[in-house]
Amino acid sequence: MTPLLANITNVDPWIAICSLVTVVITVGMGFWSAGKSKSAGDFFVAGRSVSVGWNASAISGEYLSAASFMGVAGMVMATGYDALWYPVCYACGYLFLLLFIAGPLRRFGAYTIPDFAEGRYDSPVFRKIAVCFVLFIGFFYTMPQMKGAGTTLAYIFPGLPYWVGVAVVGAVITLNVSLGGMKGITLVQAFQYWLKVFAITLPVFILASIVGHYNQHLDANKTAFESTAANSAQVERKALPAKAPKDEQWIAPFGKLTTKAVDASIAAAPTPEAKATLEASKKPYSLLYTYSLIIALVCGTAGLPHILVRFYTNPDGVAAKRTTMWVMILIGVFYVFPPVYGVIGRSLTPELYDAVGAKGTDKVVLELPTLLAGKDHALLGSILSGITCAGAFAAFMSTFSGLLVSMTSALAHDVYGRILKPNSTPEQRLSAFKWAAVIIGAVSIGLGMQVEALEINFMVGQAFAIAAASYFPLLFMSVWWRGMTMKGAATGMLGGGLTALAAITLTSISDVANAAAKKLPAADVAAYWVDHPIAKSIANYWVAHPLARILCEQPAIWAVPLSITLMIVVSKATATTIPSDVRMKMLVLHAPEALGLKQEYIKEHEGLGH
Amino acid sequence: MKTSSTPDHVHSDGFLARLMRDQLKLSIACAVFFVTALIALPLLNYYQPEFMAQRIAGFTLSWLILGVLFFPFVWIISYIFIKRSIALEDAEAAAAKDSAKK
Repeated sequence: MTPLLANITNVDPWIAICSLVTVVITVGMGFWSAGKSKSAGDFFVAGRSVSVGWNASAISGEYLSAASFMGVAGMVMATGYDALWYPVCYACGYLFLLLFIAGPLRRFGAYTIPDFAEGRYDSPVFRKIAVCFVLFIGFFYTMPQMKGAGTTLAYIFPGLPYWVGVAVVGAVITLNVSLGGMKGITLVQAFQYWLKVFAITLPVFILASIVGHYNQHLDANKTAFESTAANSAQVERKALPAKAPKDEQWIAPFGKLTTKAVDASIAAAPTPEAKATLEASKKPYSLLYTYSLIIALVCGTAGLPHILVRFYTNPDGVAAKRTTMWVMILIGVFYVFPPVYGVIGRSLTPELYDAVGAKGTDKVVLELPTLLAGKDHALLGSILSGITCAGAFAAFMSTFSGLLVSMTSALAHDVYGRILKPNSTPEQRLSAFKWAAVIIGAVSIGLGMQVEALEINFMVGQAFAIAAASYFPLLFMSVWWRGMTMKGAATGMLGGGLTALAAITLTSISDVANAAAKKLPAADVAAYWVDHPIAKSIANYWVAHPLARILCEQPAIWAVPLSITLMIVVSKATATTIPSDVRMKMLVLHAPEALGLKQEYIKEHEGLGH
Repeated sequence: MKTSSTPDHVHSDGFLARLMRDQLKLSIACAVFFVTALIALPLLNYYQPEFMAQRIAGFTLSWLILGVLFFPFVWIISYIFIKRSIALEDAEAAAAKDSAKK
């Protein structure tokens, strides 16, 4: 028997069936929608005709990625309370988008963010810079989705190489996007949101009714102010391994996630005095880490290009606002549940603390339902595990679809249609969209194969921090400050985004070296850094300077203000280059659509030959 | 170039400044509640750890607030914002059209 056949015979049939059904429905919907997507508008912005309900479901479906479905539960289980900031800010970050950006952005009526950048500043150069950032942030966000695909397929087919999962899922989604474009994936993503909600809620409700509820399992963890855990419901709790954080550290704020930099320094402190000094700074540094994380997640949500591009599919600004509110409700409902898996997982699957990478706490969502097999519910356990696997599939497939459309639009619409061939026919642009989807899909698959050693949430955090320090300040200031110039906007966006990237890269080099040293999968890719003198000297620097490590790992607290400051200073210095029709542009951004200023603005530009 | 349907004063600096000020006032008023909560919760955890560790139906108070109650809190803010901002837009549009008739 070949190794592949041996893998297939080891597969749980329910898990395989549920995953296969998800893929077949996704592809089927893509083909069906392909027949309905005819024009370039359908491909790029779904004909600007998507209703609030559909669009809110589609945005939610696109947003809830592998990190949300698997990573949040794993992180709550691994680090406790502090990880709750991730789901809360992922969901509540939309409020900033709603309050300051969603309505004006839609009223301006561009196809993509680079369209907005060029339209607001009348600068084709700025369009090119904005395109680079769309692709840049998009690829950063794509890599963790590819990692999710590879690890989930490896979970379903034990022994299957990681790269096969990346290649198969990447190819399927690329086919889907190139066939149906934005209109095609709107339907698919809306369906996938509801599949993910079903897949995260049903298993947890059934599990909780058998093994104990959310609050009962939390009650089994004692706080620093309790002598013993109450565990009043007497829920089952297995012994924690040495690697697991202690109860009082896990259930309370300022735990392992936010203190690991100082903890590493304390462990290496040469004298008891140095140890005591570091101990005293542990909690303040932890507070600083928490605030920087909050800024990155809240501002990053409002600056993700693949989410922003969806607001152009609304019929008008009011619909864009209503859509944002419903997105907050839909994803908020979802995000209540992943932490429940993390809490119950701590009680019932503590052995995951001892594993690393994809076999560690990240797979608690997939692993918990299988416990029912040991409680005389073997079939139920298999079915529920199949459902959670289907949810995981939907998670990385829908987010990758959205990223692919966003990046493909940037390449086909902005690079081909606006820069390379401005006089192209709609047919040529449509054909360019399909080819661009294949190119971006192939690059994403190639990149995805290189990141097995990196953590899903770590990579997502990188994308959020870069978006927070680049696109968020650009959009916020462009919408609300008429004194912004192109030079100010570009300097701020590049200054904030690139310094955040540099800071994050410094921490990731030492983390990758550490992961390779622990012999994580694909360590050969990361092994280059293990004994590299640069990685060693950076790691030593972090141990000596934990505050610097925190500020580089979570750069938003300084990178966002830096970006905004640069925008203000450079704009003031170049005030003579403020676009001459800035009043009209601001009116289009802010005036109610009923006044018809957008049509007037278009006529004005046609008259000028734009 | 203006179309005949757009009232003259809509193109004035005064109209734009008032429009943006009213919209920004509403956005900031709603953001203040959200930002205050985001700043206050870590501070309460920092300065009042025992109070935040008290149990409510098995949850610690800090876990209950962040893991459960924060979501509806934000939904309420967004609902209020949407209602008021749509009313504001309607009022702005009606006022502009009224002045065009006069």
